[in-house]
Amino acid sequence: MRFTWFNLMPWPYLPADFREKNHSVWVDINSRLFDPAKSHEVYNTYLDLLEYAGKLGFDGIGVNEHHQNAYGLMPSPNLIAASLARRTDDVALVVLGASIALYNPPLRVAEEFAMLDCISGGRLVAGFPVGTSMDTNYCYGTIPGLTREKYNEAHDLIKRAWAEKDPFAFNGRYTKLRYVNPWPRPIQQPHPPIHIPGGGSVETFDFCIDNTYSYSYLSFGGYIRGKALMQGYWDRVAERKAPDTSPYRAGFAQTICVAETDAEAERLYKQHVSYFYNRCLHVYPGFADAPGYRTIKTIQKGILSQYAPLTMFQELPWKELVENGSVIAGSPETVRQRMEDLIKSLHVGNIFCLMQIGDMPADKCMYSTRLFAEKVLPKLRNMFPEYDNDQRFWCKPLPKRAVAGNLPAESQVESLAGVDA
Amino acid sequence: MELKTLATPRVPVRYYEGGTGQPLVFLHGAGGLDLDLGFLDSLATKFHVYAPLVPGYGDSEECAELRDMLDFTLHTWDVVDRLGVKDPVLVGFSMGGMIASEMAAIAPNDISRLALIAPAGLWLDDHPVADFFSMMPYELPKYLFHDAVAGAKAFQAAGDMSDPKFLQAFLVQNARQLGAAGKILFPIPERGLSSRLYRIKARTLVIWGESDKLIPPVYAKAFQRAIPRADVVMIPEAGHVVPFEKPAEVISAIARLQ
Repeated sequence: MRFTWFNLMPWPYLPADFREKNHSVWVDINSRLFDPAKSHEVYNTYLDLLEYAGKLGFDGIGVNEHHQNAYGLMPSPNLIAASLARRTDDVALVVLGASIALYNPPLRVAEEFAMLDCISGGRLVAGFPVGTSMDTNYCYGTIPGLTREKYNEAHDLIKRAWAEKDPFAFNGRYTKLRYVNPWPRPIQQPHPPIHIPGGGSVETFDFCIDNTYSYSYLSFGGYIRGKALMQGYWDRVAERKAPDTSPYRAGFAQTICVAETDAEAERLYKQHVSYFYNRCLHVYPGFADAPGYRTIKTIQKGILSQYAPLTMFQELPWKELVENGSVIAGSPETVRQRMEDLIKSLHVGNIFCLMQIGDMPADKCMYSTRLFAEKVLPKLRNMFPEYDNDQRFWCKPLPKRAVAGNLPAESQVESLAGVDA
Repeated sequence: MELKTLATPRVPVRYYEGGTGQPLVFLHGAGGLDLDLGFLDSLATKFHVYAPLVPGYGDSEECAELRDMLDFTLHTWDVVDRLGVKDPVLVGFSMGGMIASEMAAIAPNDISRLALIAPAGLWLDDHPVADFFSMMPYELPKYLFHDAVAGAKAFQAAGDMSDPKFLQAFLVQNARQLGAAGKILFPIPERGLSSRLYRIKARTLVIWGESDKLIPPVYAKAFQRAIPRADVVMIPEAGHVVPFEKPAEVISAIARLQ
């Protein structure tokens, strides 16, 4: 099993009446609600928490990309990953990911991911999302009906840029480059493992299966609601005759809170979970799915955006969120049972643990994270022993890696002076 | 009007045809032809009307090769060519007005009469065109109609959004139609037309509903200023969907081009 501690980086100061008074948490979010001075504290705390999780036994720490979004303060996940690369030493850096169709030219992603892989000593897990309709279409202006074509072209460019050893010309429809020849190149060859976050598009299922990429369903709806979608994926794996059904072909994001007892979990985390589900997910449904963003095939499959239905709920209560699996919360034993249920029922080997939730303060987040790492995670390690050797979907760091802050001593530097005299 | 199919170099095109008289080609808006069939029937009492569907609209085949403004413009010229009509009265509504303007600008000697009904294609920073791509169906009537209540009723008559089957069919249609429209209208319905309008030689009528809230009537002046021989006809008590709300007034305006 691979557990990645994920931080969405939500803005923790949305007012109590945010839902009533605001159109959307995303795209046209009121910028007056953002306080740059307060964000200084917020960013540094969130980075600290990622580093903290990296020391507790999680396999990876995860970041992602959102734009104009009050629950995701990372328009540039690579900036965050770069700072984590220097402050961590053995945990995977899971960038899930950089929206490759939004970079101009997309070669930029090949370069930045290579830099991250080199700085971190081969610890990069590279995510290539198509991006949500909010980010890709409404914030970044990509034409919905051309998004997939542009994405596919960006993917081909990046893969070729990493693979080919000599400069080549790339005559794409969206990107034309005479000399493709990125420096640096990634440590992991032929390329870092690639995960594709998706929201149920059949085309994305096939893309992952055909390229041996891991399909990640980053849902906030929880594992019970996520089951139909993941079953759709595994059905597709069978239909396309993939050589195996390794659980590492798939990942799932789950909101998790751990305390000593179920009652304590409710007491400690209820308000923060409520903040997330009732304020942060207040996405205007008109932004959820620009016409043309999803293909007809996907709409006909009946797998619709997770955002539209969620925003229709009024004040989701704790009990319901826990019962319907949106949140896995409780004592270590309760959480272990439900996680086991999740892992088995979805058949997923990569778990993205959403443990910094809404406006949760650092101390509670640390408490929940530590309990999970110490009392839950070790008991879930051995879910798929038959696939223990499947390394295709995870990073392969250099055995010996540089340590940050390892310059020669000042005395050694000073001893250089005056030698010629 | 009769619904027919026409072979074109890229894709079979569906089109309505009816009436007798001078040939008139009508290019529909991003909403398709559903609301305008009555208008076309009336128009066919004065003209020989051809109303082709943009690929992906109605039951017509989609065309992935149509990606940008030039593709749309040349494709629509292909359609006119295959219809076998020369110098038709070219009428375009909203998105169709944008395509018609481009056609008249790219081939100024082939179009001598042009009617633009609340056309898209220009952008004024002080008067942004509303973002109908992000609107929920229930929000559209107030932008489209002068009489939003009657408009909402016309919408509801199409089907019940709370019925999952209808909703899915609606979403598929929306993805097909607005997915195609988005190629030239998303995120901002402007593809450089303002730098080409000077080329238009046609006698041009710019027809606008006075209470248009989707593309405000101030755009009528902008089109008039940029097209050498253009007159403006403002129609009172009409919103964006002028042909639906005031068909008689629109038709008598177009008839001035005969």
